[in-house]
Amino acid sequence: MRIGIDVGGTNTDAVVMRGKDVVAATKTPTTKDVLSGILQALKDVLTDCNPSEITGVMLGTTHFANALVERRRLAKTAVIRLGFPYGEALPPFVDFPPGLADVIKGPTFLLPGGHEFDGRPITPFDEKKVRAAAREIAAAEIRTAVVSAPFSPVNDEMERQTADILMTECPGIRVTTSAEIGSVGLLERENAAILNACLLPLAEDIVDALRSALDAVGLTCPFYLTQNDGTLMNADYARRFPVLTISSGPTNSMRGASYLSGLKNAVVIDIGGTTADVGVLVNGFPRPASRTTEISGVRTNFRMPDVYCLGLGGGSLVHQSPSGTTTIGPTSVGYRITEQALVFGGDILTMTDIVVAGGFADVGDKERLSLGKEEANRVLAVADRMLEESVDRMKPSREDLPAIVVGGGSIIIRDLLKGISEVVRPSHFSVANAIGAAIAQVGGEIDRIFSLEGVSREAVLQEAKEQAVLRAIEAGADPQTVEIVELQEVPLAYLPSKASRIRVKAIGELKGAAS
Amino acid sequence: MRWSITEDDVRSIAVGAGVLGTGGGGDPYLGELQLIELIRQGRTVEVISVDDLSDDEQGCGVSGMGAPTIGIEKLPAGDEMWQAIKGVQDHLHTRFSFIVVGEVGGGNALEPLIAAAYGGVPVVDADPMGRAFPELQMDTFMIGGVNPSPFAISDAHGNTAVLHVNDANTAERYGRALTIAMGGATSLALPVITGREVKEHGIHGTLSLCHRIGQAVRSTMKEKGDVVAAVSSVVPTQTLFTGKIIDVDRKTTGGFARGYAVLAGIGDFSDSELRIDIQNEYLVAWRDDKPIATVPDLICVLDAESGLPVGTESLRYGLRLHVLGIPASRKLKTPRALSVVGPRAFGYDIDFFPLSGELPEEKIG
Repeated sequence: MRIGIDVGGTNTDAVVMRGKDVVAATKTPTTKDVLSGILQALKDVLTDCNPSEITGVMLGTTHFANALVERRRLAKTAVIRLGFPYGEALPPFVDFPPGLADVIKGPTFLLPGGHEFDGRPITPFDEKKVRAAAREIAAAEIRTAVVSAPFSPVNDEMERQTADILMTECPGIRVTTSAEIGSVGLLERENAAILNACLLPLAEDIVDALRSALDAVGLTCPFYLTQNDGTLMNADYARRFPVLTISSGPTNSMRGASYLSGLKNAVVIDIGGTTADVGVLVNGFPRPASRTTEISGVRTNFRMPDVYCLGLGGGSLVHQSPSGTTTIGPTSVGYRITEQALVFGGDILTMTDIVVAGGFADVGDKERLSLGKEEANRVLAVADRMLEESVDRMKPSREDLPAIVVGGGSIIIRDLLKGISEVVRPSHFSVANAIGAAIAQVGGEIDRIFSLEGVSREAVLQEAKEQAVLRAIEAGADPQTVEIVELQEVPLAYLPSKASRIRVKAIGELKGAAS
Repeated sequence: MRWSITEDDVRSIAVGAGVLGTGGGGDPYLGELQLIELIRQGRTVEVISVDDLSDDEQGCGVSGMGAPTIGIEKLPAGDEMWQAIKGVQDHLHTRFSFIVVGEVGGGNALEPLIAAAYGGVPVVDADPMGRAFPELQMDTFMIGGVNPSPFAISDAHGNTAVLHVNDANTAERYGRALTIAMGGATSLALPVITGREVKEHGIHGTLSLCHRIGQAVRSTMKEKGDVVAAVSSVVPTQTLFTGKIIDVDRKTTGGFARGYAVLAGIGDFSDSELRIDIQNEYLVAWRDDKPIATVPDLICVLDAESGLPVGTESLRYGLRLHVLGIPASRKLKTPRALSVVGPRAFGYDIDFFPLSGELPEEKIG
């Protein structure tokens, strides 16, 4: 059996799953320290289960996102960037928000080295200069560092050499190399590596704290953190790459919805108290957003799920103007719905009141409502138009798609909407995110520029696929189950030499955790 | 009159350059960052009007050459754009009194301003494209007969090559070969040009036009307003289509990312399809198999949600887009110009038909 936990802004959800069945589920309030909420959720779901039967705990957590937002417990980070003279005009941290840079910016160096797009060195690696920089970093008592270099996704040799020197000269230093973390685009990749490095000491503490928390409730199995793309990382990996977990919540929710419904291509509508998040599943995975992603105001090249968020939820305020037009949201009573909504004795007209007045749900005291069915239906029609427009924005094609409807506010959706072929409400939908964590798989991804000079395109694609599969297996996937889930090829423009940027993702089941 | 560029102007020019880039020309983001850093360090960049030029003063065009994907790995060193200009200047034993924009669309809109920040020479408010084009002979200076020789190509290591060539096509061929040898991204100083030639062959006011478009888009985005209307308030604009990408195909042949995107119509355009052909930039738009806009007129693609321009490299299934047509400068629509930048020059068996309206050539101020 597996335990899946997802820490959200409001609730921490946990489930125990045996194969495909949900054995236990719970929702507890998220706590400020996050950890005690996780512990409570674990205790809740373990009341009817034997901890020795649990083979893995899969956890989606907000620890690291919170640390970046609050700018707390972040480490001052040094950066050695290779590629001199390239990049002199745009030094590390150049586009960080000043408040965050103040906290984490350590000494930075721009040294010779790096590679051209075709893999030859820009300038030779200068060991002496790297060593001198490392000594300065040691003297400044900086304990975390980033190494970046042009085209390290093509050849990461010099980044690794630099990291090795840092580790010799600065015993105990933690190093993130840019090639380990991001894809093409040096500044965005370096930024992502800096965000990762500044979280490293915290990551070690949290991984240790999680281990002790699991031990305390009798769980001796391994645990995993879910990543932004919905795949798992083990505890050792989490110590080294905390930034990759930073926004796994929406992914877990959509993956859980896919799993519960058995649908691989669908729209997912997750309606909570304040907002409705609309996403799209393509082959069982959330479609990634095409734009660059900002994390705490820092531009990175992570690929986050493409989610359209509209201000429509169970607690959304309903306003009717004298002229007869109805507006819904974006203001919401939020978690105070149980005091402020009309049906719960409050004096604010919310979407929940409208759903009750329409006769589509029976919560609170219906007698407290003065509006009739007809009026309620008029407001619900407005909500339908809002949802239909969002669905249409997100749908990948003109064909109607099934919609998987999850979340506490999903009572707003009563029936088919335009563009939707079928409304699916899976059981356990309120803990879809924890289920998404529990069923998460293991992935491997590569994003590189490949030269097509003198080799066939097929051979290059084959090589790229093999590398992605290998990475998935290294990350813990069962080789028998690994498959390619995504392949993208973008030729380099404006150059008459043949080269393409190829992105491949492979995914498989976690080895040994099938039961 | 002189216009001293502020940080806010840089942000607007970057957005405007994205619109005028017609899908190509590279992302102006890094240039934007670099120029803002330079202005914060106290360097000044001045833009002058074409009218401020005397006929016989001499200046030089400048732009980046190579693949944008390489430019985002090998970040700018600093003064490489100015180094290329200085290369030609030293070769000719002269001093240029102005810099002219080589290509106002895409990342190249900001490069001349960066060069100016280092060289201390003003930038003239004109360029030879009014948009982005893939090759250097596709340029009203070259079309008008301005001599491409001598020109310089520099890398960030201090290597500069000064070349004398017979014509613009040769300059393009040798320039591109050198660019590959220099690691795929270089700075190109071309052409050496007189004030009179800029007045006669340049497209006037394009840098300030780029700024006004960017300003309009940015303020509208802040208010979540209609970005298409904002662009139309600055330039004559035709909404060619609103739709969602249902198919994208891209491949590289001869250094060009060629391909197409197919959009399914939304709203007023439902039951209709648009195909946009791509060769680094958006070249020809076909609605239900009939051409409705073609080079050299501008086909600009905006993200329906954010309002920001979308480059050809970002096209993907499902993206919702507004496709706008903006008329090209009259200097790109003469028979001679059309033989270089018209649809036939890109291998299409169709004649150019102009979108209505005229690209305004207003002065700064």
